[in-house]
Amino acid sequence: MSYPSDVVEVSELCKTYRVHRRPPGVWAALRSVMVRKTEAVQAVAGLSFHIAAGERVGFLGPNGAGKTTTLKVLSGLLHPTSGRVSVGGFVPFQRAPGFLKQITLVMGQKQQLLWDLPPAETYAMNRAIYEVPRAQADETIRELTALLDVGDLIQKPTRQLSLGERMKCELIAALLHRPRVLFLDEPTIGLDVSMQAKMREFIRAYNERYGAAVILTSHYMDDVTALCPRVIVIDHGKLIYDGDLKALVRRVRPDKRLTLRLSAPVERAVLEKLGTVVTHDQGHTVLSVAPALLNATVQGALSTLPVADLSVEDPPLEEVMRELFQGSAVGAANTAGRPAAGDAA
Amino acid sequence: MSVASLTPDPGSRDPGGYSFWGGFRHAARAYPTLLRVGLSEVVAYRAEFIVWILTTNMPFVMLAIWHAVAAEGTVGRFGRADFVAYYLGGWAIRLVTSTWLVWELSMEIRGGTLSTRLLRPLHPLFTLAAQHMAALPMRALVVTPVVAAMFVLAGDKLAVRDPRILAVFLLSLVGAWFLIFFTMVFLGSMAFFVESAIGIFELWLGLHAILSGYLVPLELLPRWVARIARLSPFDSMLAFPLETLTGKRDLGAALASLGVQWLYVAVMAVAGLTVWRRGVRRYVAFGG
Repeated sequence: MSYPSDVVEVSELCKTYRVHRRPPGVWAALRSVMVRKTEAVQAVAGLSFHIAAGERVGFLGPNGAGKTTTLKVLSGLLHPTSGRVSVGGFVPFQRAPGFLKQITLVMGQKQQLLWDLPPAETYAMNRAIYEVPRAQADETIRELTALLDVGDLIQKPTRQLSLGERMKCELIAALLHRPRVLFLDEPTIGLDVSMQAKMREFIRAYNERYGAAVILTSHYMDDVTALCPRVIVIDHGKLIYDGDLKALVRRVRPDKRLTLRLSAPVERAVLEKLGTVVTHDQGHTVLSVAPALLNATVQGALSTLPVADLSVEDPPLEEVMRELFQGSAVGAANTAGRPAAGDAA
Repeated sequence: MSVASLTPDPGSRDPGGYSFWGGFRHAARAYPTLLRVGLSEVVAYRAEFIVWILTTNMPFVMLAIWHAVAAEGTVGRFGRADFVAYYLGGWAIRLVTSTWLVWELSMEIRGGTLSTRLLRPLHPLFTLAAQHMAALPMRALVVTPVVAAMFVLAGDKLAVRDPRILAVFLLSLVGAWFLIFFTMVFLGSMAFFVESAIGIFELWLGLHAILSGYLVPLELLPRWVARIARLSPFDSMLAFPLETLTGKRDLGAALASLGVQWLYVAVMAVAGLTVWRRGVRRYVAFGG
């Protein structure tokens, strides 16, 4: 089922690569000249989901799950083996200029900036290629450089910029044409923590300002937690969850994390009476507590322990993902936030 | 569901797509900026550019050899001044008409960096062509002193004082540029299918050196080799403009060669674009 507001529609998408295989060694190399063995590797296997305009969706899965392949199909770089894909009403692999003007794909490890020229030259080139009116391009550059705090960096040769500065300038190049759909593949990879936070703020601000849909893959779960109310989780090319991030966490790891800062040492045995001790170190203790017991545990901690500070949180997303991919929770989590995704799962 | 079913409904078919000429109009609007940025890139890479020019020295080596040989007397229709005009002219023509797109394409296809070009709403071949055209002013600058030397040392051997020959010569340069460009597209796009596109290119380079008249004027080759060379597209890449410049082809022959050259341009454009199109379907965008 699709909705009028959907900008991305994927139905039963499959992508199979043919991969050349040969063992190491000279003899194998010579044999491969005559007999070339290939085998089919299914990267995506019957994936279905929809994404509405303005949504921010985290696209999660372990390495090799098919995330990047799916993003490449959605952005028109790869031809699907079978299935139906529509982005903004276009069939991506036809790469119609009208389609390419609506999307952007940012890959953390790839760059489009001209290496020996200042980013401003890449922007000029993109302005011409995307046919962005000069006034609009100038306004967008002004706005994005201010949001990212880039300043005069766009006048310095790219090769002289740090990784973080380059990534910011890359983002401006990728967004100069004001795309409606952003495919972000590890956009914060290699950046330090403060730069990651800045990038996240920026992506959110762009999403809110232009109502653009954001589809994000990242191994930094902080990116996903901060940006994406909805997540699509895939493994071995198949959908295993599509829905609310908080609901996923509740299903996979329903326990809560009770963090205590203690003003005096407390024996571990005392803490274990309150819940499962996750960490206990220098007055900083984290307990895992079943939701039903949370109120009683908090009251117990406050009345019996020297508590200086206390907070209650969900378990970290990294742990949730680890458990999900280990398979123990797949059955429990195998539910969908939207009917179409549920069909595919 | 099959791939065929991915075609959109007729009502929504390619609403943002361009017609064939629409793509050219888009490119024409973008070109002034692309050429300007391309020129800035060439200027930024000027050291690399100069080194590359210094490696294109074979015509000077051949000139030295043939100049010495011709001291004993003419070789066919070639005297010492003819060799000067031939090899200096050949060097200059080669410099302004050659593109080494095959390296770039092969590297981008294998490394996955072609993705950046494919994601832009202007056909990658337009942007690649602009990048290479942008190098022409710089190349012309380097060529100018050599061309001046050619006029001083062998001016009387040059046929381009006749405006009709000059016109054919200039058109032949444009034709040679496009023929080499599309040949490079064809060879470079092989990287979509085989791992050794550069190996194929090197084979091509060897054939080009002999059959285009780059090493030895075609009329000094064994007759059967010269006959093959004149029928091949290599003739259109160098020998035709060069022999027109140096008066070795009269106006009638040059006009006939011009027709053949542009026919080859059309053939190579179709061949190059066909391999490109089929290759893009197989593109796996590795490295990301």
